[in-house]
Amino acid sequence: MENKAPIVEVRHVSKCYHRGSQIIPVLQDITFDIGDGEFLALMGPSGSGKSTLLNLIAGIDKVDAGTITVGGIDITTLSEMDLARWRSVNVGFIFQFYNLIPVLTAFENVELPLLLTSLSKAERRAHVEMALRVVNLLDRMDHYPKQLSGGQQQRVAIARAIVTDPTILVADEPTGDLDRVSTGEIMELMDTLNTESGKTIIMVTHDPRAARKAHHIRNLDKGVLDSDAHP
Amino acid sequence: MKIPFSYSLRNLWTRRLTTTLTASGMALVVFVLAAILMLAQGLEKTLVETGSYDNVVVIRRSSVSEVQSAVERYQASIVETDPAVAIGDDGKRLFAKEILVLITLPKRGSNQPSNVAIRGISEESFRLRPQIKLLQGRMPRTGSAEIIAGVSVVKRFNGAEVGESLRFGMRDWTIVGVFDAGSTGFSSEIWGDADQLIQAFRRPVYSSLIFKLRDSAEFEIVRKRIENDPRLTLEAKRETQYYEEQSKMMAKFLRILGISLTVIFSLGAIIGAMITMYAAVANRIAEIGTLRALGFQRFSILIAFLMESLLLGLSGGLAGLICASLMQFVTISTVNFQTFSELEFAFSLNGEIIVTALSFSLLMGFVGGVLPAVRASRMNIVDALRES
Ligand SMILES: Nc1ncnc2c1ncn2[C@@H]1O[C@H](COP(=O)(O)OP(=O)(O)OP(=O)(O)O)[C@@H](O)[C@H]1O
Ligand SMILES: [Mg+2]
Repeated sequence: MENKAPIVEVRHVSKCYHRGSQIIPVLQDITFDIGDGEFLALMGPSGSGKSTLLNLIAGIDKVDAGTITVGGIDITTLSEMDLARWRSVNVGFIFQFYNLIPVLTAFENVELPLLLTSLSKAERRAHVEMALRVVNLLDRMDHYPKQLSGGQQQRVAIARAIVTDPTILVADEPTGDLDRVSTGEIMELMDTLNTESGKTIIMVTHDPRAARKAHHIRNLDKGVLDSDAHP
Repeated sequence: MKIPFSYSLRNLWTRRLTTTLTASGMALVVFVLAAILMLAQGLEKTLVETGSYDNVVVIRRSSVSEVQSAVERYQASIVETDPAVAIGDDGKRLFAKEILVLITLPKRGSNQPSNVAIRGISEESFRLRPQIKLLQGRMPRTGSAEIIAGVSVVKRFNGAEVGESLRFGMRDWTIVGVFDAGSTGFSSEIWGDADQLIQAFRRPVYSSLIFKLRDSAEFEIVRKRIENDPRLTLEAKRETQYYEEQSKMMAKFLRILGISLTVIFSLGAIIGAMITMYAAVANRIAEIGTLRALGFQRFSILIAFLMESLLLGLSGGLAGLICASLMQFVTISTVNFQTFSELEFAFSLNGEIIVTALSFSLLMGFVGGVLPAVRASRMNIVDALRES
C-alpha cells in the first residue's frame, strides 16, 4: 500500500491566523504525501492544527505558503469559484455534527451535491439510491434528519459524501458526537469504503479506537507533523 | 447549479410563527395599498359607467362640471336643432336640457347634512339613459313638483322613501318613485322636472344639454360645430369622457394618498422582514458553511436567501390581497370633489391592482432580504463551519 502513487501532495505548507495584531502560527512547513486509496488518521492534541490542515487539503481554506496538489491539480492556485467547482467534484465531506440540512429529507440531502452536476433527475435518483444502499439507509430516505439517530444521520452524511464519487473523503472527527456502538458502525462503514471501494480517506480524530481502522496515523503537534506510525 | 426552491420554502414553513407574524405586517401594508387603489378604481369605474359613448354632454366652456355650468335657453335651442342629434322612432329629437343643483339632506344614522345632487330632467332624459330602471312607484309628471330618488339616496338619506316629501327651493316635493341606475353615479341623484326646478331655484339657465348622436362617428364634427359657433360659449364632450374627467382628480388624490401611506407603513414591514431574515441567517451559519463546502457558490447562497425573503413578501402580499378582495362586497359613499355631491360606489379590483400589490409585496421582500442575503453569501466557509 505504501507504493501507491500519492493522490495528495502537501509541500512546505504554512498557515497562521491573525487575532487582532497577534499572529498565531498554526502549521509550519508541512510536507507529506497521501497515497491513492490510503486511509489516514490525523491525530494530535487539541489546537495542534489538525482541522486546519484538513480544511486546506479539502480546499475550504487558503494556505499562506506552500502548495497542495490533489489528483494532479495544484489547488492553491485556483480561484474561489473554481475551487468551489473543484470541491463539488473531488471532495466528500464528513463532519463531526453531520451537518445535514434540517429542512431536506435524507434523500434530498444526499442529492444536494448532485445538483451541482449535469446529471438528469433520473440519474440523480439512481446515484442517491445507490449511495443510501451503501450506508444501508434506503428505507429511511424520506425521513428528515431530526427523525434519525445520530449514527443514522452520520451515515446519511457519508452517503452525501460519496454520492459524487469524489477523489478524497475528508472527515473531521466523524465519531466525535457518537456513542460507542454508532462509532463502531461508522468506522466499519469507512473501512468498507476504503477497502472495497478504494476510497482515499483523510480523517481527523481524537479517538484511538477510531484511528485503529486507519492504515496510517500521523501526529500533529504544535503545527509540526511527526513521522509515520502504524496502528 | 442552484439550491432548490423547496429549501427556501421549507425554511419559511419551519419557522411558521415568525413567518406568519412577519408576513402579517406585510399583508397589512398590501391591504392598505390594494384597498385604496380599489377605491380609486371603483370611483373611476362608477363615473365612467355613468356615461354612454354615443351621448354628448354640452356645458359652458371651461366649467369643470355641470354644477358650475350655465347654458342659456337660446343656446340650448341652437344645439337642439343640430343635424347630428339622433331622432327617435316617434320622430322626437333625443335631446334633453338638464339642470343640476345641490341640496343638503340629513344622512341616515348620523343625521348629519350632506350634499345631494338634484337633476332637473326633460322628457327625453330617460331615453338617453336606458340603464335607468324604475324600482318602485312611478315616473314624475311633467310640470309637477314630483321627484324620484336614486336607490343610493334612499339608502343613505333620511326621508327619501316613496310617499315622503322633501323641502327645498322653498317648496315641498313629493317622492313618487325610486330608480336604480346600476353602479353609476345617477343612483346617487334625485330627479325631477327641469322647468319646475328652474322656477324653484330661480335659475334662468340650464346646466347642461345632452343628446344622442345620429352617428357615433360624427362626434368630432359636431364638437367643432358647437365649439366654433360664436353664439355659443359651450364645449361638447362624449358623456363617457365627461364622467371620466370628473373622477380623475378624486381618483388621483386617492392613489397618491394610498401610495404615500403604503410607503410609510412599508418601512415598518421591511424592517420586520430584515430582522427575520437576519435571524434566519444567524441561525443557519453552519448550514451555509456546509453548502459552500459542498461546492455551492456564494451567488447560490445569496439567491436562496433572497428567494426566501421574496416568498415571505409574496405570502404577505397574497394574504393582504385576499383580504382586500373581500372589500369588493363593500360599497361606500363619499363626496366627489368635483361636484361636491355624495356619490356611492364599490371597491373594485382589477388585474392592474393585483399586479401592483404583488409587485409591491415582492419589493418589500427584496428590500428586507437583500442585506441579510448578502451577509449570508459573504461568510467565510471555515468560520461558518466552526459555528456547529
Ligand atoms: N479562524 C480562526 N481565527 C483564529 N484562530 C484560529 C482560527 N481557526 C483556528 N484557529 C486557531 O488555530 C489553532 C488550530 O486550530 P484547529 O482547529 O486546526 O485545531 P485542531 O487540531 O483541529 O483542534 P481540535 O482538536 O480542538 O479540533 C488553534 O489554536 C485555533 O485557536
Ligand atoms: Mg479540529
